Amino acid sequence: MATTTQPQTGAKPAASLSNEEILRYSRHLIMPEVGMEGQLKLKNAKVLLIGTGGLGAPLGLYLAAAGVGKLGLVDFDVVDFTNLQRQVTFGTTDVGKPKSEAARARLSNLNPAIQIESFETQLTSANALELFKDFDIIVDGTDNFPTRYLVNDACILLGKPNVYGSIFRFEGQATVFGMPDGPCYRCLYPEPPPPGLVPSCAEGGVLGVLPGIVGSIQAMETIKLILGRGDNLIGRLLLFDALGMKFRELKLRKNPNCPMCGTNRTITKLIDYFEFCGVRGEEAPGPSVQVPEITPRELKARLDRGDDLFILDVREPHEYQICNLNGHLIPLGELTRRVHELDSSQEIVAHCRSGKRSAEAVDFLRKAGFRKILNLKGGILAWSDEVDPSVPKY
Amino acid sequence: MPVKVLIPSPLRPYAGKRDSAEFTARTVGEALSYLTTEFAELRKHLFTEEGKLRSFVNVYVNDEDIRYLAKENTPTKDGDTISIIPSIAGGRM
Repeated sequence: MATTTQPQTGAKPAASLSNEEILRYSRHLIMPEVGMEGQLKLKNAKVLLIGTGGLGAPLGLYLAAAGVGKLGLVDFDVVDFTNLQRQVTFGTTDVGKPKSEAARARLSNLNPAIQIESFETQLTSANALELFKDFDIIVDGTDNFPTRYLVNDACILLGKPNVYGSIFRFEGQATVFGMPDGPCYRCLYPEPPPPGLVPSCAEGGVLGVLPGIVGSIQAMETIKLILGRGDNLIGRLLLFDALGMKFRELKLRKNPNCPMCGTNRTITKLIDYFEFCGVRGEEAPGPSVQVPEITPRELKARLDRGDDLFILDVREPHEYQICNLNGHLIPLGELTRRVHELDSSQEIVAHCRSGKRSAEAVDFLRKAGFRKILNLKGGILAWSDEVDPSVPKY
Repeated sequence: MPVKVLIPSPLRPYAGKRDSAEFTARTVGEALSYLTTEFAELRKHLFTEEGKLRSFVNVYVNDEDIRYLAKENTPTKDGDTISIIPSIAGGRM
């Protein structure tokens, strides 16, 4: 029965491996590129994972498997059923549990010999520096722009490497920021996109295995940094196109005028990143237009009464196949071209999945002269919640 | 062979779902101008109202960032690839 070694912060670095550790990591030890020396470096390394979701899953699993001595897991979210399509640290029985805790349990089972600390907290300007200071390497597996800028800035201020990975649908990016002569995130992107411009996974979708690949690349880069082996992605932006199965590389230069890591630093402390990114701390941007609405219950009542309503569905054909209200399908992107299919003398109710796209459709049609048009508030999701639970949610 | 402009996933909905387009162009600026003429909806995602390239969009000629070359005046020749790399975060926003 193994005793787990729990290195305390501030204690002397481990100088040896137990017999059990030698057996566990034998496949590392028999490679001259790792050997006892390399494995000891891993054992003495302290890596903080920001985010335990799609990217955090392979990251946590492979860093724990490799024997990184201390892992910190930062995530304030709970496991959602829709996460299981890609967040492979979690099981079905973890739904509803805090992610950082569920991840800690899984990783502890994989490797009880390492120290794993979970931080069920949102990373903010108030706690980032304090959280980061006890770790050697920070790995950015987050899912939003404000946190990415926060992680970057905190790493630069503390002089710690930031192993970066990001994904969108079927493309990914990876690089290493925060090295002394290398660029930082602000060198690449001085400013964030305005909110709502780049869809989230919930809106744009993502191939589940994509964060598995990009997160594994981040784990690989982290291990190489610890071992001091191989060529790291410092100053190199790795681009991965999953559909074309192509890797490309672009040169990432350190911007001499970067306000964070350039020769004349102007940012000397952490800022309000939500304000910087134009998001006032809201969970998701609300509908950008105000239009007349009808609730699902009101719609049901009117249909039951026999009112002559034309249901316009502005989703995509593949969504219509999941579930529909027998509406007339005109995807939002085609509405301009196909508006002649609509009769402005009829009363029209437009819907989509959650009510955002249909709000845009109603706004467009009102500007085009349609007077009798309403947006189904909350979309087909709300219809499922309030009127007909047999309609699947997605 | 003209200049090939690669259109990244987040911007493909505004470019008729195309993943690339080809133009005969002598500079990056010219190629992007042809691109946003052909796909007008793309313009506001790439350029501000004053016509400047948005700072969360990076443009590369082959593997070099144009900010370190001649920006929009960077010359392009046949066979060059222009990549548009917008900021992506994955996930929530």
